[in-house]
Parts: sequence; C-alpha cells; structure tokens
Amino acid sequence: MTDQAPPPSLYAAREPIFPRRVSGPFRNLKWIIMGVTLGIYYIFPWIRWDRGPELPNQAVLLDLANRRFYFFWIEIWSHEFYFVAGLLIMAGLGLFLFTSALGRVWCGYACPQTVWTDLFIKVERMVEGDRNARLRLHRQEKMDARKLRLRLTKWTLWLLIAVATGGAWVFYFADAPTLFVDLFTGQAAAVAYITVAILTATTFVFGGFMREQICIYACPWPRIQAAMMDEDTLTVAYREWRGEPRKHSQEAKDAPQGDCIDCMACVNVCPMGIDIRDGQQLECITCALCIDACDDVMERIGKPRGLIDYIALSDEERERAGAEPRPVWKHVFRPRTLLYTALWGGVGVALIVALFIRSDIEMTVAAVRNPTFVTLSDGSIRNTYDIRLRNKNNEERLFRISAVGDPALRVQLEGTPYASVDVPADTSFLQRVYVVAPPGSDPAAAERTEVRFWIEDLSNGERAYRDSSFNGRGQAQ
Amino acid sequence: MSEIPPKQEGDPNTTGHSWDGIEEFDNPMPRWWLWTFYATIVWGIGYVIAYPAWPLVSSATAGLLGYSTRGEVAVEIAAVEEANAGINAELAAAELTEVSANTELNTYAVSAGAAVFRTWCAQCHGSGAAGFVGYPNLLDDAWLWGGDIEAIYTTIAHGIRNEDDPDARFSIMPAYGEIFSEEEIAQVVNYAMTLSGRTPQDASLVEPGSALFADNCAACHGDNGLGNTELGAPNLSDAIWLYGGDYDTLIETVTYSRYGVMPPWTQRLSEAEIRAVALYVHQLGGGE
Repeated sequence: MTDQAPPPSLYAAREPIFPRRVSGPFRNLKWIIMGVTLGIYYIFPWIRWDRGPELPNQAVLLDLANRRFYFFWIEIWSHEFYFVAGLLIMAGLGLFLFTSALGRVWCGYACPQTVWTDLFIKVERMVEGDRNARLRLHRQEKMDARKLRLRLTKWTLWLLIAVATGGAWVFYFADAPTLFVDLFTGQAAAVAYITVAILTATTFVFGGFMREQICIYACPWPRIQAAMMDEDTLTVAYREWRGEPRKHSQEAKDAPQGDCIDCMACVNVCPMGIDIRDGQQLECITCALCIDACDDVMERIGKPRGLIDYIALSDEERERAGAEPRPVWKHVFRPRTLLYTALWGGVGVALIVALFIRSDIEMTVAAVRNPTFVTLSDGSIRNTYDIRLRNKNNEERLFRISAVGDPALRVQLEGTPYASVDVPADTSFLQRVYVVAPPGSDPAAAERTEVRFWIEDLSNGERAYRDSSFNGRGQAQ
Repeated sequence: MSEIPPKQEGDPNTTGHSWDGIEEFDNPMPRWWLWTFYATIVWGIGYVIAYPAWPLVSSATAGLLGYSTRGEVAVEIAAVEEANAGINAELAAAELTEVSANTELNTYAVSAGAAVFRTWCAQCHGSGAAGFVGYPNLLDDAWLWGGDIEAIYTTIAHGIRNEDDPDARFSIMPAYGEIFSEEEIAQVVNYAMTLSGRTPQDASLVEPGSALFADNCAACHGDNGLGNTELGAPNLSDAIWLYGGDYDTLIETVTYSRYGVMPPWTQRLSEAEIRAVALYVHQLGGGE
C-alpha cells in the first residue's frame, strides 16, 4: 500500500486572470449599462420627493421601523406587501424571458457581481496598466517600492468604491442626508455601521479577489439556466465550422486553414479566463467582450466579422450546410418567449390595476366574540367590534362610522359621544365600536343579523365598507 | 459483467474490503473537514467549562459564565420594568379621573391593565371579562359597587367581603331561610319578579310579597328594587342577574343568600398595576 502514488488533489487553486482592454459596440453597451445601474444605485436615495409635512421626503425609502415603503408617488404599507411579491414574480419571469431569448444576458451585463467586477478591473487597469503590465507585476516576486505603491493605490481605490457601495445601501432605509452626517459623526445606529462594514467587505472581496469564482462556485444561476435555454436561444458562440482548422494546429498543415488565426484575443479579454472556442460552458457569462475582440482582429486581417457572435444552436446545422442563418426575430419571437412575455405583462397589468384601484382609506372589522354578546341592564343586546381605520393621507382625517343593517341597531364609539373619530396622518387607528339592539327588536331576538359598517372620510366624502354580523339572543324574549 | 482488472502499481489505496467486486477508497478525510472536527472538540470543551453542562442530582454544573436561561429572562424583565418605571410612577401619581385625557398615559395604562387582567382577573371574570354565574360581567352597565373609575379602583384595591383588608367592600344579605317560612319566600320572590317586568309564577302571591319586600328587603334594595351601590345591593329591576333570574334560582338566593368574595389586590399588585387594570376595566364598555 505504501508504495502507491498519492491520490490526486481535488482542490484547484485559482488561476489569476488579467483581462486585456477591448473596445467595440458590446464594450460600449456594457459601459452604458454600468453607468445607468450604478448611477441608479448611488443616486436614488438622494432624490427628494415632497409628500407633505408629516411624511418623509425621500423618493425611495424602505422605512422598516414604521413598516412603510415609499417609491416616488407610491406608498406601500406592510399589508400591501403583495405588490413587492408581484414585482419579484415579474423579475423572475423577466429573467426567464431574457434567458430563453438571449441566454445569460443578466449575467453578462446587469448582474451586480459583473458590474462591480467590471468597475474593479477598470480601476486595476488604470492603476497597474493593461494585461501585459499586470502579468509582469504579478510574476515579479519581489515586493519593491513600485509594486507596493501600485498595489496599495489599487486596493485603496477598491476600498473607497466598496465603502461607497456599502454606504449607499443603508441610505435606502433612512433619511439619506441625516444618516450621511450621522455616519461620519459616529451617531448612526450600530446596525448601519455593521451593514456598511459587511457590504464593504463583500464588495471589496467579491469584486477585487473572488470575481469569476463567485459565478463559477457560489452562484446557483448558471446551474439553473441550462433549463431555460433551448436551440433557439441566442448566445455567445464561436463559428467553429468557419474558424477551424485554426492556424498553428496540426490539422491546418493538411487542410485549408480556417479564419481563426489563433491570436488568443478572445481568451485574453475574457474576464472569466475561458476559451470560447471550446464551446458553450458553465463559466461563460456571455459578456460578449470576445465578440468585440475577435471582430476587431477579423477587420484587421480583412475577414468578415462574426467569427465569434450571438448565434443560436439551430443555426449551426444550417450554417454548416452552407445556408444563411435565420433572422434574429425568428429566434426571439417563438411560443416560449411570447408566453413569458404574456405572463410578465399580465402580472404587470394586474399590479398596475391593483395600484390604481386601491383606496386611500381602508378599514378592517374584527367582531369581538369573547363574549358573543353582552346583555345590558335595560335588556338591550350589545355586540362589540374592533375597527381598524387606515388613513393613508398625509393629513389628519375625520372618519364617520356608521352601521347599516336592521334599523333598530344603534352605533356607539368607545371613548367618545360622537359618531366620528380623528385619525392622524399616515397611521392606522383602532376604534372599539358598540352596536346595540334595543330589547324586543328583531336583531336582539335573532340568532344573527347581517350588518355592514361604513366609514366616510368627511373631508371628501370617500366611503368604504366592511361586512360583519350581529349576534342576538337566538330566541324570542 | 466485465472482469475486474487486477490491481496495479499506482492504483489508489483501498481499505481492502470488497463487496461484489466493489471496493472502498481509503482516502484521508479532507483537511478542512478534519480541522473543523478538531475545532468542534475544542469548542465543546470550552463550552462545558463556560456553560452549565453536567447534570447533577437536582441541578447542573453552573459553568464559569454563570449563565442560565432563567437569569436571562430575569434580566429582560428587569430591563422592561426599568424602562416602564417612569410611566408607572406617573400613573401611580396621576388623578384617576384625568388619565383618560392623557392619550399616552391612557394607552399605556389600558394595555398594561389588559396584561394584568389576563394574569390575575381572567380566572374568575373570564378572558373577555364577561364573567360567569356568580362572577360579575364587567362589560355591561350594571355595577354592584359603582362603575365610575374611582369605585372600580376601590373594589380592585380592597376586594369584596374578605377578612384580609379592613377597607374591603362588605355587605351580607341575610339567609331568609332562617327568618321566613317557605311560603313567605315564595311570596317575596314572586313579587321580586314583577320588579323587572316579568310574569310571576303565582300572581296571587305578589300582593303579600310586596309587603314583605317593603319591610325586609327595601332597606338595601330600595323601594322599587333599584338597588344601592353604597351597600353592594343589586338592582332587582334590570335584566342582569348575577346568579340567574329564574324562579328556582331566586328561591335559592333568598333562602340561603349569596356571598361572593374578591381578594384585595393591594397585597399583590403595585399601585400602578391596580390603577392600570381599573382603567382597563373602566373602558371595556360599561364604565360610568
């Protein structure tokens, strides 16, 4: 047993990747998307939106303490959280739609991991130079003054971006200008500092050091996506039938050489460190930078662009047979994507309709059934109801409460001789309401009488109702 | 089935066990797994030293940190009590009739009172305060000893008919079984039923019952049976009967009397708690 070779290690160390600079339409698109997404992320908490004196004036605010979510003119209370659930369903369906039509575009263009890694690589390139300079710096074992200076500069810049990222997150949960001052004067809540610290650490480590390893090892999305792609999905691929046999290969000595000159441009620009010519693979996030790199080379050597391109699997056989690929719209518009679009649009329309038909005043009626009824000294039968009124306006409103059912029923409010109550701005208010049936009346004798509670906003006449029931003795007196 | 190739130089280590030609690798544990395992052992030893661990006959080793879940609860309760100390002091010092005007204090008192009620009062009066036979319903508008906030407070603080508190509400209805004949009891009960507008069982007994009532009962219950909250004498003319208003129950009540008791709560609850539960009961729907 002892003379046997040790078993092979199951651990693979990270191969450092030094993506080369590249320019082209896809690179430009990625810059634009990065600008828009990061811009939204960093700037949104600072946008002000006047809602009146009683409410916060931050356009986007998740007020966890008061269970409110503000988004410009929309205000969502905790009991309306289904709007958020609906948005998540739309996000999911949208992801299905884009993945079935265009493959991993989310991964390649919009995923925070991709966007921040892209930004970190940009910083790295600005400080340490392009691929070859970074390679040299990496291979230089001695940590001399220059290497130390470059490394420290890079890490400091990364850290600043990371702090800004973690810092921006907490602004969504509190008044941003106040919190900004509090963070720097040491007066913010501990949870704010902890959140900033955690997100700073994850941004710094994920964007600076782990990069593609997050996508390959930590993210479940690459595993799920295979189920959503089919032969019509447009994805980044290499036209192997056009490129092979590539230059320098054994086959190229006997056969006419393909278009690939084996310049390694596609490999050198790849942030995932893979060779797209090996075919579709788990690691590929379809960032399309290899398309830009290859097109650039093809143009220079006078060959047609598109050796690496967005192509669908179903076109491979056509192209191998010498036919033209089908037009893009035929790949994109197919029953599957149309179904996803319909579902996505259906949920969206439902949410918008729900948003517009929801009332500014709401009530819930909880009948107190312990006990089911109370007999008063004059023989009247009284039922008690807990009525919760929600005033979603930014000013105090006067609500009148009434009950409609049997004409004998009388309404009394606990704690006030009047039939109306003041509900402060943007609050929910619990009012105990008594309904009394005089002795000998129908509801007092009946087992159960339907009763409908109305509330009326006395400032504008808006009304809402809830149904409940009144319990009587259940027998004639 | 294919032949199993003979073992060769360089093949991985196996345990030497073979089941149906299937062998088992003898690979070492992954290092991260081993170190995690060792770390759990170290953690376990530290835990046993720091926290209660070894069971003894009637307790357990205390551990260096002196931690216990009971202690943790005690700390949390103390923290809540400390946080409420200010408003409790305010409640204990406030004028009872004016608390309802102070929204913050009233809200606190009512919710604190609800907790006190569920702990100490619900056993007899019910969790919904609707009472049972012999235990008054606190939701209605009939009060034996008065339904304003001061009267409710006094009742809760000192109790009813108990020997422990000299200030307790006290009144006793004589057991008329020792004074009246059965016929006289029947007469007075028939009369009493007419007070609340009901049909007596035997109308011929109402007239003599009226005279007996005026001589024996009206002193406490009033000429028309309206009752007297000073004496805790129930109103006999309303629709509410603590022990039941049917003929047989009334016969029993008059014959043997009733003797409902409530403990004084000054001995168990703080001033603020008594005031809180009084305010809670007062706003249940029957407070005057």
